[in-house]
Amino acid sequence: MFFRFFTKLRAAALRLATLRLLSQVFFLALFVFLLLRTEFRGTVGSGGDVRMQWPVGLFFKIDPLVALSNALATHALYRGLLASLLILLPVMFLGRFFCGWICPMGTIHHFFGNLKSEAKRGKQGIDANRYKPWQRTKYVILLAVLVAALFGTGLVGWFDPFSLLVRSVGLSILPGANYAANALINAMEHSNLGAVQSAGTSLHAALAATVLSFKQPHFRQGILLGLIFLVLLATNLRVTRFWCRALCPLGALLGVASRWSILGLHKDAATCNKCNRCLMHCQGGDDPIGGAPWHKAECLMCMNCVDSCPHHSLQFKVFRAEPEIVGTNLPRRKMLTGLALGAAAVPLLRANTALGKSRDEHMIRPPGALDETDFLSRCIRCGECMKVCPTNALQPAFTEAGLEGIWSPVLTPRIGYCEPSCVLCSEVCPTGAIWKLTPRKKGWVVGIGEANASASDGNANEAEAKSVRLGTAFYDRGRCLPWAMATDCIVCEEWCPVSPKAIYLQEVQVVDADGNLKLLKQPHVDPSRCVGCGACEYACPLQEHPAVYVTSIGESRSVESQILLSRRKAKAQS
Amino acid sequence: MNPEDPATDNSAHANAATSTSSAPTALDCMTRRDAMLQLLRVTGAGMATAAAALWLSQNSARPASTTAANVRRDHTVEPNAALPEMVVVQGNDPRAMVARAFADLGGVSRFIAHGDHVVLKPNIAWDRTPEQAANTNPDVVAEVVKQCWQAGAKRVIVTDVSCNDAERCFHRSGIAAAARAEGAEVILPDLARFREVNLGGEILQSWPVFEPFLGADKVINLPIAKHHGLTGATLGFKNWYGILGGERNRLHQQIHQSLVDLAAFMLPTLTLIDCYRVLLRNGPTGGNLEDVALHKTLVAGTDPVALDAYVAKAYWNIEASALPYLQLAERRGLGRADFEHLRTKFSQSA
Repeated sequence: MFFRFFTKLRAAALRLATLRLLSQVFFLALFVFLLLRTEFRGTVGSGGDVRMQWPVGLFFKIDPLVALSNALATHALYRGLLASLLILLPVMFLGRFFCGWICPMGTIHHFFGNLKSEAKRGKQGIDANRYKPWQRTKYVILLAVLVAALFGTGLVGWFDPFSLLVRSVGLSILPGANYAANALINAMEHSNLGAVQSAGTSLHAALAATVLSFKQPHFRQGILLGLIFLVLLATNLRVTRFWCRALCPLGALLGVASRWSILGLHKDAATCNKCNRCLMHCQGGDDPIGGAPWHKAECLMCMNCVDSCPHHSLQFKVFRAEPEIVGTNLPRRKMLTGLALGAAAVPLLRANTALGKSRDEHMIRPPGALDETDFLSRCIRCGECMKVCPTNALQPAFTEAGLEGIWSPVLTPRIGYCEPSCVLCSEVCPTGAIWKLTPRKKGWVVGIGEANASASDGNANEAEAKSVRLGTAFYDRGRCLPWAMATDCIVCEEWCPVSPKAIYLQEVQVVDADGNLKLLKQPHVDPSRCVGCGACEYACPLQEHPAVYVTSIGESRSVESQILLSRRKAKAQS
Repeated sequence: MNPEDPATDNSAHANAATSTSSAPTALDCMTRRDAMLQLLRVTGAGMATAAAALWLSQNSARPASTTAANVRRDHTVEPNAALPEMVVVQGNDPRAMVARAFADLGGVSRFIAHGDHVVLKPNIAWDRTPEQAANTNPDVVAEVVKQCWQAGAKRVIVTDVSCNDAERCFHRSGIAAAARAEGAEVILPDLARFREVNLGGEILQSWPVFEPFLGADKVINLPIAKHHGLTGATLGFKNWYGILGGERNRLHQQIHQSLVDLAAFMLPTLTLIDCYRVLLRNGPTGGNLEDVALHKTLVAGTDPVALDAYVAKAYWNIEASALPYLQLAERRGLGRADFEHLRTKFSQSA
């Protein structure tokens, strides 16, 4: 009995499709795990800087599309992106196995493509898996985003599968799941039945220790980002892996890269009786059936055809000589369309006001962000920084940064402020749009860590002069309690994290509504000290329209967007 | 298909699942038996719906907050005329200072009984390290935890409702690690664990209070002495802001009255004000080590009013008369501001 089970297991393991499934499950699980860990979860161990415990940006680092776009736009390769060779080189030799075996986006689509649907019953299903000319659309997209990258934009992230996945799942699906789980737990814990209540408590403890976010995250456009993803999933009900076949520019790039690969599908014409079984579970739409040329660049190497052929006519072999269609198979006119799209995109997008004299006041970028043109050339709108931000302050832009900047990160102080010692967004940014920063380089906290030794000899002021600034705070004196309503407050001053504080108080005598004289403290901003963290705006009691607000002017990344002629050095206090 | 016409071959296979009772008959109505059964079913369902609706409508009540009278616990212990009411300990080791303070006050078992459920309320409000002196010294917290265990406490909880991101505050203040190392239960402010409580104050009525503060036998207040822009200094009273959720930023509009309302709701067993490092300027957040003075002092006692008055005078030279909340508190019977007349003991520890 046991022996038979064992031999069965071995037979199954020898099937290539089973190995592929194991690989897919492993990499999808890894992706989800890393995404869940893209947040600071208070760990044991005291003091020191807060860092990510896991290489959460792993999938971006091995993404050749992001690397290529980054290289084209910046004429350099940021940090870990060299690791993308780990994928690109094997694909050049072996073909698009990455899509079929590793890519988590592909795995999700694989799963949804396997769902039963009326549109894919019987003959229709086989027809749907034949090669279709519209599969070349992805090459047009690839061409367009790469040409656009050459003009200096990171728009590739709108279509890059990992960007799309992190953005949709991290900013919409996971927060939604978190909300649902909390609602369930809350309902259970407030139940009148003791058993349900204790089950709820243990569920709460178990989930809180593993997957639940400590604070419910909220993201603007969350519903939109989630719907885009769900619609892409739904396309699988008509055409299996429509995303991978027709749209994915990373798949297109790997398809092009596989042009000279030595591994390919061998079709034994003698034994093939064109039973169509190979087409029933084909993932790539690459025509594994006998009698038709194999489309090398479309094949995801899922191995389903090899396993489903009853005559063993199909096999992957090296150095075979058989008719096949390699490369993009793109007619010149489509090629030109892609080139034109890419070439036109940047000039058209940049002709708007986002980069002109007057920037949007709400376009407050994360600490460490490069100046806007450099930022836009690197940022792939993946949402990693927004996912990791501990205060939920980083939000996907909608109108703040122009059309080109859609889904790039903006700091939204009404939702959250920039935590003084936190540099997690710069740690997770895969492309250097938010350049690597340390708490010391951020400079909002003086005399800690490396600066400890020389804190007293004037270095403090030097660090302050060079500190990162995101913008400047301003008072709306018509709404501020001490200014407009003869009422004590100054919560903004309490929260101001820099020292000396950028908000200073002046004690004045005012007249209240009853005509009585009253002494109170009115807040003012010192623009040379303000770092634009937004803590004042976040803490202001006038929540829906705070009486103190931060705008982007004065941000250290920009030379032009400044108020002061020179920043006076803060006077050392006795 | 047309249900009126059972003869079409459409319905023959489409309705294979329907019961035999609806087999084609000459009469265009159901049998008496079926009719009665259906009537029974619909009557049952109707009665159940009506009963549920009636029951639910009886349960209808406007959501009301728990009143302070039901949840307020007096955590104080009997005064002892032979023992000091306030002790001031100086030393180099915060842990030894805590141990000394307990010894001077008559031993920890005077405050913590065997089997007590103890909650410690340090200040863990800001994302700062211990050297920056914006949060209570982690060694002070750890030693108080240890003392509570020694007195036979059943449960020791360390918690606070932070201002900055709680996970960062608990982590970088070093308090989570130090308290866990001593075996305390560290509870982060989870939004789902606040209970709406009527505090019964003059201006503070219904506010969300963090649940762990509501079920304790003993509560120990562990503030750190810091500068504050509005009141000059933030000490023991101000630390109670950290038991509340909701929009605490409104409390500052009448800070003195709200401080007293809160202190009258939360009567601590003991207060230990951490003056090991004192944030003299740019409080309560600080950030710059130049603002921090090393005073290596711990002030402890059973009279929260006197303690605040003493520390304000000692480090900022603020008279009790310049802190209106102290007078309000005195009138409310929470203690006395003239700390000079208290039984006080000064001592040195290791």
